[in-house]
Amino acid sequence: MQYMLGVRIDESAPAYTDEERDAMFARVGAVNDEMKAEGIFLFAGGLLPSDSATVVRVQNGTTTMTDGPFAETKEQLGGFWVLELDDLDAALAWARKCTVACGVPIEVRPFDGLA
Amino acid sequence: MDLTSVFRAEYGRCVATLTRLLGDIGLAEEAVQDAFAVALEKWSETGPPRNPGAWIVTTARNRATDRLRRESTREARHAQALLLQAPDEPEEVGPVRDDQLRLIFTCCHPALSPLAQTALTLRLLGGLEVPEIARAYVVPEATISQRIVRAKKKIRDAGIPYRVPGEAELPDRLPPVLTVLYLIFNEGYTATTGPLLRTDLSAEAVRLARALAELMPDEPEVLGLLALLLLIEARRPARVGPDGELVTLAEQDRTLWNRELIAEGHDLVRRCLRRDRPGPYQIQAAINAVHTYGTETDWAQVLTLYDQLLVLTPTPIVALNRAVAVAEVHGPAAALAAIEELDIPGYHLLPATRADLLARLDRPDEAREAYDEAVALAGNDTERAFLRDRLAHLAR
Repeated sequence: MQYMLGVRIDESAPAYTDEERDAMFARVGAVNDEMKAEGIFLFAGGLLPSDSATVVRVQNGTTTMTDGPFAETKEQLGGFWVLELDDLDAALAWARKCTVACGVPIEVRPFDGLA
Repeated sequence: MDLTSVFRAEYGRCVATLTRLLGDIGLAEEAVQDAFAVALEKWSETGPPRNPGAWIVTTARNRATDRLRRESTREARHAQALLLQAPDEPEEVGPVRDDQLRLIFTCCHPALSPLAQTALTLRLLGGLEVPEIARAYVVPEATISQRIVRAKKKIRDAGIPYRVPGEAELPDRLPPVLTVLYLIFNEGYTATTGPLLRTDLSAEAVRLARALAELMPDEPEVLGLLALLLLIEARRPARVGPDGELVTLAEQDRTLWNRELIAEGHDLVRRCLRRDRPGPYQIQAAINAVHTYGTETDWAQVLTLYDQLLVLTPTPIVALNRAVAVAEVHGPAAALAAIEELDIPGYHLLPATRADLLARLDRPDEAREAYDEAVALAGNDTERAFLRDRLAHLAR
């Protein structure tokens, strides 16, 4: 099964110092290496803050673009991993490593496997 | 021949085994229900077979094969493939005990909400119907059935495994299982609303704890939980008086206690002591062993055990229970000081204990106030009546 491990970040929280960010990247890099060594890593990436987002809609044939995130919530998706795993227990074990590495909560979501 | 009791006893075991064979809880339940429907018809003529569980498993399996042939959903194809993979299984073995253990860990998976864990455990392993669970937890049937449906869907969609966790995972995975069994027992012992006792829920919890202890005899906390439940259960006959009123431990007629359950509980506590890997359930079992030993409670020993329990689980409820032992050993004033700082919102036993201590200290006005508070918070009729009675007996 494929799982997304989504990084839930609070964008209103104070920004990291350079040192904090470097240390976090080092920890996340180590987890990524471990995932690759286990052969379960499919994809991962960090996202820029939601103020860089644009929402696209088509209504009655007209395309509209809106500046900013889809929902005005404090918590946003800050990045994610996509992993190939046997079951939820494996996903939860990796999520634990990920939350320790990046210091914020991780949301585990299974893919529907349809596409 | 009581078919209901056969169904109750075999349902969980059969669903557990069919879940392994089919890889899906929903399909397993359907198959077992089909088989029970056939049994109902057949057994009323011929009487039940020697091994009803094996008969149900075989019939359910055949029914499932027939049903799956007619369907072409993804789950059905997957289940069919699983069934084909297990062709060498001897036909008449019946339910496999490890399957129950797998199923209880799936039902009590921490990715499911606590109410869903409890409802699913009672439904799948206890074989209780949705209305029975709804009655026990005083929630609408629709709520319970939605929780169960949603939990089963999450188990399937999110890939919650059907497996006994490995040694390394057990410290995280065993506690929710024990909690669910303890909550089921407690709800049966002191119902949150309505009459005091719901014997069927307690009996179910004891049955499941016994099964768990047989399946995991090397886990001292599992033995501890079973011992705890047995030693509380043993006192049930003395706990309610002839008019349905609550009888306190000190006033209980000890000759009414169930000696067999007490002996079994004491034996389990001794086994735990020999293992010397204490945990919260074992210590609570030991406390109840002291209560049920000899002709009266050795309160100094109880207090020592509560001191240990408070170190392992420093919760306000444990601190409150410990204070009851403090009152017996060091007097009500010391106990009152020990609970002064406690805050357990909505918990009637805190003001009830404070009221009792104040009454013993001859401070009736404050005691009255505390009893009023406790009466307002108490959920079940018997406890409320008990508190009102105490209140009425306060010196004016």
